[in-house]
Amino acid sequence: MAGPVIEIQSLTKRFGGTTAVDDLSFRVEPGVVTGFLGPNGAGKTTTLRSLVGLVRPTSGRATFDGRSYHELEAPLRTVGTALEAASFHPGRSGRDHLRVMGAAAGIPSGRVDEVLEWVGLADAGRRRVGGYSLGMRQRLGLAAALLGDPGALVLDEPINGLDPEGIRWIRVFLRDLAAQGRTVLVSSHLLSEVQQTVDRVVIISRGRLAYEGTLDGLEAGATARVHVDAADRDALARALQAAGAQVDAAADGLHVTGLDAEAIGRHALAAGVPLRLLVPQREGLEDVFLGIVGEGEIR
Amino acid sequence: MLRSFRSEMLKIATTRAWWVLALILFVWTGFNAAVIAALGGVLVDEANGMFGPEAVPPLVYSTATSIGYVFPLLFGALASTSEARHQTLTPTFLATPRRGLVLGGKIGAGVVWGAVFGVVGLVAAAGLGALVLQLVGVDPGFGSSDTWALIGRALLAMALWAVIGVGLGVLMPNQVAVIVTVLAFTQFLEPLLRLGTAFWEWTAAIGRFLPGAATDALVGSSIYALVSGGAANALEWWQGGLVLAGYAALFLAIGGLTTWRRDVT
Repeated sequence: MAGPVIEIQSLTKRFGGTTAVDDLSFRVEPGVVTGFLGPNGAGKTTTLRSLVGLVRPTSGRATFDGRSYHELEAPLRTVGTALEAASFHPGRSGRDHLRVMGAAAGIPSGRVDEVLEWVGLADAGRRRVGGYSLGMRQRLGLAAALLGDPGALVLDEPINGLDPEGIRWIRVFLRDLAAQGRTVLVSSHLLSEVQQTVDRVVIISRGRLAYEGTLDGLEAGATARVHVDAADRDALARALQAAGAQVDAAADGLHVTGLDAEAIGRHALAAGVPLRLLVPQREGLEDVFLGIVGEGEIR
Repeated sequence: MLRSFRSEMLKIATTRAWWVLALILFVWTGFNAAVIAALGGVLVDEANGMFGPEAVPPLVYSTATSIGYVFPLLFGALASTSEARHQTLTPTFLATPRRGLVLGGKIGAGVVWGAVFGVVGLVAAAGLGALVLQLVGVDPGFGSSDTWALIGRALLAMALWAVIGVGLGVLMPNQVAVIVTVLAFTQFLEPLLRLGTAFWEWTAAIGRFLPGAATDALVGSSIYALVSGGAANALEWWQGGLVLAGYAALFLAIGGLTTWRRDVT
């Protein structure tokens, strides 16, 4: 199975005076899992809702192999969507929810039982959704997305509310779907949540594209620093600064950037300052991510 | 459109609202029909020929609509607004992104479920009513084709009222607002307006286009028409039907062009 290429082209969406999505463009390829990241309020959900025709963009286009969601002949068989909001009637059973959707798309109810089995809701399917836990609703949302055996999956925060066992399960599941050649787009506000699942990432901040590429590429942007200490901190700092490094004082030593551990050792030796600590540190991906989207942004 | 219709039918069948409303419809209409049937039997004896026993069964049977029409109306309105309330417009529009098709499916399902409400209301009104009529010695009139024509037109009226409800629910997605509006208008405002407009000829000409008056015209009989001074200047039955269809079309058109096209967030 070859999933469609998802393409967002110059997408802009304004709600009244606020711009939720601002001239956003990116591509999502089949065969890999793509993470769609950004802090809450960055415009992820608006972008995804525009992609599947629930929100009308102010300008720009969002397409699957060149066709908008409205132009798809069999939307549920082309794109499976699970959005963040718990869009279920509490008085209807999970199975009936899927039957209602299936009826609208001409999907037989045998398929309903199949997807319920996949997501582990075979037993709970005949109970009312009102009694479901958040994790069960997420599974039901995923079942709805899989109903039409679609080539593309668009999932908004699918990991939210899952227990550790569920998180492990969905990671394997998403990777399998991508390995089958499907296009998988998964949003999250936490990089660490999807880090082990995604191959590529699209990061947005305040409605604009902040990064698009592989995780490795993101990691290359991480700065390395070395944590050092000596009995005579001042002498060490002077020696390293003279060698062109940037030295920041820390409570338990010095943070040095611009020189690697070996060079620092050499300069300390030359200056006659014995070291008592030399630890190379690498900034975490999460720090790089927060740096890109604007750290400490709380909405 | 057919798929959308099936999906909408299933939506109703898989939740409880319809049979709760149908149950209340049955009890309330049955109660009113029985009371009117009992009173009718007594009044015929006292009327000294002002009206004969043949006038009573239509009054009794038309309680299905004159009393019961609010139930398919509420039902249709709840069916539409529950989608906004429970955010199920998202899966609905994901499965059928062409929203006009969804609306078509809802109208079709409204007609069918409205007719179901009609059957329930008529079983209560004509079933229970006829039983009481026989007890008080009035011929239930099932031998007359007029009675069956009335029953058929009552079914049509109930189906139309469900579609009016669907349209109203699309126009006013706020469930609480629509319930309050429906109850205030049908139980308070319209009865007052019908009574008020009956005083002068020129207001009566307008009053007969009120939805309840149009329903009575369509069905051909009503306890209200008797109270508010007869059906002298009422519409023809088919005109009444057209007026109801007009209300439904108006609400659906305005709602379909405004709230129905909104972003689903």
